[in-house]
Amino acid sequence: MAKFIIRRLLLLIPILLGLTLLIFVFTRLLPGDPATTILGERATPENLALVRESLGLDRPLHEQYFQYMGGLLQGDLGRSFITNQDVVNDFLQRFPATIELSVAAIIFAIAAGIPLGVYTAKRRGTWVDASGTVLSLIGISIPIFFLGLMLKWIFAIQFPILPDSGRIDLVDYFIPRVTNFMTVDALLAGEPGGFIDALRHLVLPALALGTIPLAIIMRITRASVIDVLNEDYVRTAHAKGLRESTVDGRHILRNALLPVVTVIGLQTGLLLGGAILTETIFSWGGVGRWIYDAVRTRDYQIIQSGVLMLALIFVLVNLVVDISYAFLNPRIRHS
Amino acid sequence: MTGAAVTQPVPADERSIGLWGDALRRMRRSPAAIVGGSIITFFVLVAIFAPFIAPFDPTRGDLGSSYLPPSGEHFFGTNVQGQDVFSRIVFGSRLTLGIAVMSVTIGVTFGSLLGALAGYFRGWVDATIMRGVDIMLSIPGLLLAIAVVSWLGRGVVQIAIAIAIVNVPIFARILRGSLLALRDADYVIAAKSVGVGGQTLLLRHMLPNAIGPLIVQATLALATAVVDAAALGFLGLGPPDPRTPEWGAMLSDTYRYLTDAIHLAFFPGIAIVLAVLGFNLLGDGMREALDPKLRR
Repeated sequence: MAKFIIRRLLLLIPILLGLTLLIFVFTRLLPGDPATTILGERATPENLALVRESLGLDRPLHEQYFQYMGGLLQGDLGRSFITNQDVVNDFLQRFPATIELSVAAIIFAIAAGIPLGVYTAKRRGTWVDASGTVLSLIGISIPIFFLGLMLKWIFAIQFPILPDSGRIDLVDYFIPRVTNFMTVDALLAGEPGGFIDALRHLVLPALALGTIPLAIIMRITRASVIDVLNEDYVRTAHAKGLRESTVDGRHILRNALLPVVTVIGLQTGLLLGGAILTETIFSWGGVGRWIYDAVRTRDYQIIQSGVLMLALIFVLVNLVVDISYAFLNPRIRHS
Repeated sequence: MTGAAVTQPVPADERSIGLWGDALRRMRRSPAAIVGGSIITFFVLVAIFAPFIAPFDPTRGDLGSSYLPPSGEHFFGTNVQGQDVFSRIVFGSRLTLGIAVMSVTIGVTFGSLLGALAGYFRGWVDATIMRGVDIMLSIPGLLLAIAVVSWLGRGVVQIAIAIAIVNVPIFARILRGSLLALRDADYVIAAKSVGVGGQTLLLRHMLPNAIGPLIVQATLALATAVVDAAALGFLGLGPPDPRTPEWGAMLSDTYRYLTDAIHLAFFPGIAIVLAVLGFNLLGDGMREALDPKLRR
């Protein structure tokens, strides 16, 4: 097991190096010039040259890359070209919002997706199963932005029972930012009302972001449970008179959930991409929207560092998934 | 010596219908494939005959008649510029289908090229390509597409390329996987043992058998491409001319008026869902038809 983990960690190094190179080259390919963005269209050539020099943009590309990598290794990802804010700082301030949203979405997806998958698998071939399959296909096919708008229209406009945007009601609650997780900060501030309000703000964005993973998890669980249902050991377990719930939990689910774990890991990438759309619709101050804005303003430093950090998180989540997969599945661990 | 030397002539009446004939026959019996295929055929027909279906010019606005609710004249109502929403959706199908097909074609071409190289040569070629694929896959797809569009520009071809780039590593991985699995197949070993090698082995014996999963994935990728194109449009990275009817952009320029004019967001949204659903159903049906393990 230790060898497996070390091997996987070593494999990360070329991926991360390649990633930094790719992102670096890519941001340099983006059209437009940050100096012009900062000073505006009417800046004099002398001033533009000055700004380029102070940003290090006048030096050869490979020098810029080594300088960037040097900073990276010391945990310095530079400053925004436009606001001059520290990028790591900015990222850390916004990232909890994205995690909070993504975690809420994935909890919703797992909590609903796995039971629904098991339920439909055990009723394979009935109308329950058929309608479940159709619904999950529709769930996969609804774009996040459309679902988000419809949810907002139904639950915030037609029947105003949930807030339509933001992370907390800023008029009613003043919550000092400590962790930047709104739910946690509200609890730390001793504001149970604020905590409930933060949860209420989470509902619609999490539903919008979680529906596609929910449908995917449901489909995989169903397929996987059907596979396991036909196994000899399940028949044996039934034959020796074990209770239905014991067979379900100990014999079926345990084996059927292996592929589901992998799929949950792969959903992280989708969640991080979907966060851009969800954060736009619900004015959620997270990382997705931040990077998207940076692309529009050509803030190289934010793009390259932000994308790098998101990619790093995605790679790490998948590493954890791989390891837990090996941990759950003795057949991989011992091979 | 060639592979042909070992094949025995088969009498016509005993000739098997082959993988594709068999797959097609099973697809005709799959409800998913039939419903999906019908939806897609419908959209293709709408796209082709758009000028005959749309009652209005999709780009012509009339500020005197903006925000009209759905009626007999304007089936889906009108938007803020007074453009007919129904006509814009009808014409928008051209752009959406065009971008989807273009991007998947580009993605399949480059992806399978890389996958074939990796799966056939193996060794350092394989290692290099697959690490590259890993790197590409570690960037969230939509983010990558946004970045590519802002690099290349917002033209239709550029948007298609941006979506294709997200797909290339997926196709590469799938084709490589199938090729590796085929390496030890009996008929490949048999062909090798009679001296078939190089291109003939890859093109005649391995690729035709590895292509099934690729076609399924390509169909499902069409669904993703429709969503991605609409998402780019929604984020304001669609075609630069605001008069161009594009489903995603139609949603975004209405979401500020959600309170009074829900039809502006509802109809283009339903069009997107239907098109995506169609491709997903078709892909699902194909997967079942092409996967020998699922044969009953």
